[in-house]
Amino acid sequence: MKQTGKHYFADKDIQVILGTLLRVGVIASMLVVFIGAVIYLSGYSREIIDYSVFNPTKTKYSSILAIFQGLMSLDGKAIIQFGTLLLIFTPVTRVVFSIFGFLIERDYLYVLIGVFVLCVILISLSNKLVG
Amino acid sequence: MIVDSIFVSMSVLLFTIIVLAGAFLAGLVGSLTGLGGGVIIIPLLTLVLGVDIHYAIGASIVSVIATSSGSAAAYVKEGITNIRIGMFLEIATTISAVIGAIITVYINPGYIAVIFGCILLFSAAMMVRKKVDHSDDKATGVLANFFKLNGSYPSADGTVKYGVHNVVGGFVMMFVAGIISGLLGIGSGALKVVAMDNIMRLPFKVSTTTSNFMMGVTAAASAIVYLHRGQIDPGIAMPVTLGVLTGATVGSKLLVKTNTDKLKIIFAVVVTFLALQMIYNGLAGKL
Repeated sequence: MKQTGKHYFADKDIQVILGTLLRVGVIASMLVVFIGAVIYLSGYSREIIDYSVFNPTKTKYSSILAIFQGLMSLDGKAIIQFGTLLLIFTPVTRVVFSIFGFLIERDYLYVLIGVFVLCVILISLSNKLVG
Repeated sequence: MIVDSIFVSMSVLLFTIIVLAGAFLAGLVGSLTGLGGGVIIIPLLTLVLGVDIHYAIGASIVSVIATSSGSAAAYVKEGITNIRIGMFLEIATTISAVIGAIITVYINPGYIAVIFGCILLFSAAMMVRKKVDHSDDKATGVLANFFKLNGSYPSADGTVKYGVHNVVGGFVMMFVAGIISGLLGIGSGALKVVAMDNIMRLPFKVSTTTSNFMMGVTAAASAIVYLHRGQIDPGIAMPVTLGVLTGATVGSKLLVKTNTDKLKIIFAVVVTFLALQMIYNGLAGKL
């Protein structure tokens, strides 16, 4: 019985950590998006929008590298995209933390499952999938 | 279309304000009715503002990550979320979400609109139907035991135990939900409910919170593909995400003290109308 009690305690700890991580991730990324939005609107607000036809080459910041390069020049659009990137990686970081959590619990089956999910996401990072 | 001519020469500022307001409402109503913001913001962007559906999908998926991660943060601390079920089913949903995000560009936008309309109709039906809790504490299957899926959650009357049924069926249904999520840029909560409530027979509290928990990773997998394809445009994704998240946060605060039954029925009518409009426009090649 002592074993199950310990098990529950570890689970509870992981839950609190994961919850905090998700909250901090969402708040931080939204803050970055908001700052980017202010800069973007102060620079582009009078431009005319054109989203009626999808044009894959129109968005300059469609890769992680391009976003970081844009950040250097403090472009509002790049800052917004960076915030979006932080948001996308919030649940991904959650998976990484879960893997560590299961490692501490010595639940190797779930370590494996977590690593597998992480691999799927890493594969999705490949540019070749875009088509 | 007449709407096109009104909005075709809109300035960035005006567009941002309109989308912010619309996304706020979508997030608010989406969280009050349990429908989610994505299924409302996509018709708004495409039907009303004449935005190409590929951009609408890209912006919507980002808002799905924001709202699901935000609410999962609160749920996970309460200890109701079953992290093992979530991670186990994420195997299915991440693979299928990537597949969905890849094939979406090869499908005629008209067909995407039609599929979207059908999912909207289904979600509306799921929203108004009476929910029946099928859960029990009989730990049955070999798979459920092997993957340690059976669990318990704290409630006012002490700890409630539950057993997980039909793991294979739930896994397959989740795969379908992931494809739809990647294809349309929505959380596809309605399909996940079918998988968890009806097939795996989880208690409501567990299925809702666990589905939320998984949604972020699932959406992230397809969002990366969208980002690389240029479907996530900062000018649309910014007001959509900020608006939906704010609306959903206000909605979750109101939810505690509001009876949403009437709202759900009114909203089911609105959603049905939007769905038929999407299907019509899709078939007529207007999107």
